[in-house]
Order: sequence, then C-alpha cells, then structure tokens
Amino acid sequence: MAEPTRREFMLGEGAGTGSGNANLTVGMGPAHPAMHGIIRILTELDGEVIRKADVEIGYLHRAFEKDCEVGGYNNAIPYTDRLNYVSPLINNFGYASAVEKLLGIDITERCKYIRVIMSEISRICDHLTCIGASAMELGAFTVFLYMIKAREFLWELVEDVTGARLTISYGRVGGVKADLPDGFAEKTRHAFKQVREVLDEVHRLLTGNRIFMDRMVGIGTLSRDETVAYAITGPLLRAVGVPYDVRKAQPYYVYDRIEFEVPTRPEGDNYARYLVRMAEMEQAMRIVEQAMDAIPAGPINVDFEGRPLDPASYVDQGKQGKTEGLLLIPITLSPNLEGQDRAAQARVNVHDKRVVLPPKETTYGSIEGLMNHFMLIMEGYGIRPPQGEAYFAVEGANGELGFYVVSDGGDRPYRVRCRPPCLMPMAALPRMIEGGMVADLIPTFGSVNMIGGELDR
Amino acid sequence: MTVASILAELGERFGASIVETHEQHGDHTVVVARDALLPVLRYCREVPALAFDMLTDLTAVDYLKYPGREDGPRFEVVYHLYSLRHNHRLRVKVRLEEDDAVVPTAVTLWPIADWLEREVWDMFGVHFEGHPDLRRLLLYEEFVGHPLRKDYPINRRQPLIGPQI
Repeated sequence: MAEPTRREFMLGEGAGTGSGNANLTVGMGPAHPAMHGIIRILTELDGEVIRKADVEIGYLHRAFEKDCEVGGYNNAIPYTDRLNYVSPLINNFGYASAVEKLLGIDITERCKYIRVIMSEISRICDHLTCIGASAMELGAFTVFLYMIKAREFLWELVEDVTGARLTISYGRVGGVKADLPDGFAEKTRHAFKQVREVLDEVHRLLTGNRIFMDRMVGIGTLSRDETVAYAITGPLLRAVGVPYDVRKAQPYYVYDRIEFEVPTRPEGDNYARYLVRMAEMEQAMRIVEQAMDAIPAGPINVDFEGRPLDPASYVDQGKQGKTEGLLLIPITLSPNLEGQDRAAQARVNVHDKRVVLPPKETTYGSIEGLMNHFMLIMEGYGIRPPQGEAYFAVEGANGELGFYVVSDGGDRPYRVRCRPPCLMPMAALPRMIEGGMVADLIPTFGSVNMIGGELDR
Repeated sequence: MTVASILAELGERFGASIVETHEQHGDHTVVVARDALLPVLRYCREVPALAFDMLTDLTAVDYLKYPGREDGPRFEVVYHLYSLRHNHRLRVKVRLEEDDAVVPTAVTLWPIADWLEREVWDMFGVHFEGHPDLRRLLLYEEFVGHPLRKDYPINRRQPLIGPQI
C-alpha cells in the first residue's frame, strides 16, 4: 500500500495528489478573532491564494426598518443609535433631517452648528476605531491602545453633551435633545490637543513603518470604475481619487460656510484608505474648531425671576391657582434633562408645536403646554408629516448615509429605508480579496470598516 | 442640464412608458412602466448629459395599507440614482401588482444591484428576473415569508433552526 502523501495525511483521503490541484473551502467567521463584527466569508483556497470568496451577512439583523414602522417618528431615534454604533450621532441627525425634509421645516442656526460639531466628533471616533483595530490585527497593538485612548477623550465630550457614550439618542426631529453644556468649547479644544498628539504618535509609528506598509501597499486594490459601479462612497471612494463628499457636493446644515478639504489619494489600496482616514480626522477637527467659533448664541434667557422650583411644587402651585408669574420661574430639572430648560430649548429646537415638545416649564405651568405635550406623545397624534416621500443623505463616517422616509400622513413612518454605507464595500469585498493571500484578507477587511449594526440593520 | 429638464426629456423620449413625473421636497421622481425600466435606467446611465453612474440605493415600498392606494399596484421598487459628474440625483420608480411582482434585474448596469436586489427579494418577495444568484441576503434560507410586507405581523415567530438535539 502506498504511503499517504503528506497532504492526504493532513486533509484526509482523496484530498488530492499533493500537486495542489484541488481547492480547499475554508469558512472564516461568523465568530473569528480577526473579524470585528459577525460575518462569514467563505473562501475557496488554492494553497494560500483566495480563488473565490462569498460573503454572508445578516447575523446582526434586528429588523430596524420594520421596527421603525410601529412607533412614532421620534421612537426610531434610539434604533438609529444602533446602526453605526461607533458614530451614532450622525445616524440620529441623518434620520431626523430626512423627517424634517418631509415636514418642510428648517432647524435653528444654533442647532445646525451643534449637529455639525457632534457629527465631526463622531467621525473622528469612527476613524480612530477603524485604524486602531486594523493596525492591531497587523500586530501593532500599541496603536490600538493609543487610538482607543484618543477615542476616550472624545467619548468624554460626547458623554458631557448627550449623557451617554454609545447609545446617545441625542437627535430629535426638529432639533436636538439638549443644548451644549457649559465649558464645552474649552473641553473640546483640550481634547483635540490630546487627540492631535496621539495622531502624531500614530503617524510616526505607522505611516513609514516597513511592516505596516508591506501589508497595506498594493493590497485590497479596487479600480476607480469598479468602486463607482459598486456605489461605494466615503473614504474608499476618496482613496481612488474621486473627491466626492456629501458635505461638499450637496452641503447640508452649515458645511457650506466652513472651510475644509476633501483629502483624496489615487492608489485605491488599503494604504491609501489609511492615509485618507488620517487626513480626514484633521479636517474634522478643523471643522469643529471653526463651528465653535461661529456658533450663534441664539435667544438669551431674559425672564429669570425668583428661584427655580422643582417640578412637583410647580404643579402644586398651578393647582392652587397661584399661576401669576409662574411661567417666568425657571424649573429645576433632573440631571438627565440638563440643557432642556426653556431658554436652551428655544435655542436648539424649531418653534413648531406640531413637532417639538414644549419646554418643561410650559408643560407643568400651563394647560396649553400640557395639551401640546399630550398631543405629541399620545398614540395616533404625535408628529404627522404630510403624505409624501423624501430622501436625505448625510456624509457618514463610512460614506453616504441616506434615509428614505415615506409618510402616509399618520403619526408613524410608513416606511423607513436606511442606505447603509458599508453594505456597498462589503458587496465588493470578494473583488478586493480574490487573487490575494488569505493573510491579506485581514487588512482589507479592516480597511472596509464594516460595522455590523449598520450592515445588517 | 437641470433635473427638471431631465424629467421632461425622459417624458419626450419614452412617451407613454413614463407613467408620472413629479418633484417633491426638492427630490425628482420618475415613475416608469416595467417594460421600459431597463431602457430608462440604461439611458440614465449612458447618456453623457445624464451620466447617472451610481445606483445609490435600491429598495421597495409595500403600499398595501397606504390610505387611498389600497387597490392600486401593491409594490413600488425604488431606484435612487446619483451622477458624480453632474452632481444630481434622480429617483426612478416602477409599480408592480401583487400577483406579478417581477422586475428585470439591473445587475448588468450596476454590479451593486446584485446585493440590493437580493435584499429586496428577501424583505419584500419581489422577484428580479435574470438575477444571477437570487438568495436571501440578511435572513436565513429557512425563513418563511417576507418581513417588510405590510401584512407580515411584527411579532410573528419563525421556526428555529440549528442542530437537532
């Protein structure tokens, strides 16, 4: 009996002659240490070369679009947090803007600036995570720790503003939840100083690093035509030299009043994507700094008289008929409602009773305010845009994030469609990895920055 | 060329195949008959003055419970197009009856239509004729029904799959 070949010994009988003619099918994922996010890539290998690949997604599907249809318009905001959970603020604002487009309302100046500032902080968080994680998978663990440290500085800012780190639910149709806290500008400047130091360190660690470049340069390449045909947007499109950015092409909020550049690279490989992301973080910080200089104060509170009351005694006084001047007394809000007093409310929300809840002073202090509040909260009432449809796109961290909302005139969205920016590169992933080595799959997958929550919805 | 004049040009060129055109909230929409869908999409993509080189999004809407449209065609398949060269957008829609929910595939025009059409098939059960590999995209093969249809209840349980113990 013939001695089994080494290949047969390792792979079982019938595994071929050892000449390497039979391809081996290997599944990566859904749970794999180098797969951040649950996804399955079925590869057909010839030795170490990927001949064919099939990407299987949907492991994180939570019926986002169906869930949006069963609640009021603002009820979808927490679901949007969970789309791209690394930059949830952009999702909040994108969805809110689509509904505002449907309602035909324009948000306040101050709110536009707040949305720009918070979106750009989110974008930096997203890019930090993406570069940190993909560098770690190439062995640069230090970079990951540095990047997460920098992200921590920014998440502290996000926590200051929204009260949460990840599931922030900060956007609202017609505005935002609360105004910026005191001292936000100084804190942001301080945080940016630290983030810039980290970026400089990472730049010196990675950009000219021989090991890093060997794994990134020329790997995962996609041509310009193919990138466009796959409708890929964001850093991946800018890494093939197309300067398309929704913030420039179809400016929304106040992006047309702010100076910034759209960094591009012509190569289209993983290294180009890394460089584009690094440059974008600096641009995002530039945008935030300009926006903080230009942000208008909005109407200033002039009616402070008497000391603040807590909500219960506010209601009591009203019940006892002591209503004179009651509406002028500010209310002491619980910490989780900070920034929602009447003055702040007027600065950051549109003055539209059909859309935005009245400030708590009005709700507790007057029957009109209470009725207004009730009408917006009660089922069957709430925000009711006219019949129609609208598509609104914002520049998410991964590319064009679009929301297509259809209204039937009722208080619930008839249909909400989210255009997930990372679905398109995932569809093109086989094109990027076929013909390459198995090991190259890891940096390529990292550079796509797949976010499961957004991909699978 | 403005998008409004694109709508006019499409109406002139394809005549009766253009069911409707309108502008709403600054978005331009053209509703086409199914037979003319592929020619219209190809025209949009290839004529230099239009040059819609990106299929930004492809989705569907089930109008089963939409007030005033309960008896009309049930589904609408919605194509969002974008042109990098001219920086304009267009929405192309095609209406489908429930018992004949079939559309020709757009994979030959834009490869991204592959996954997007698989998702629409998965969620709405709209069939794409000529699609090379029309499998479910997000849900699993054993899933029964199409969950984004309006007559699919949100709390329906599905059979659990996995190794039998």
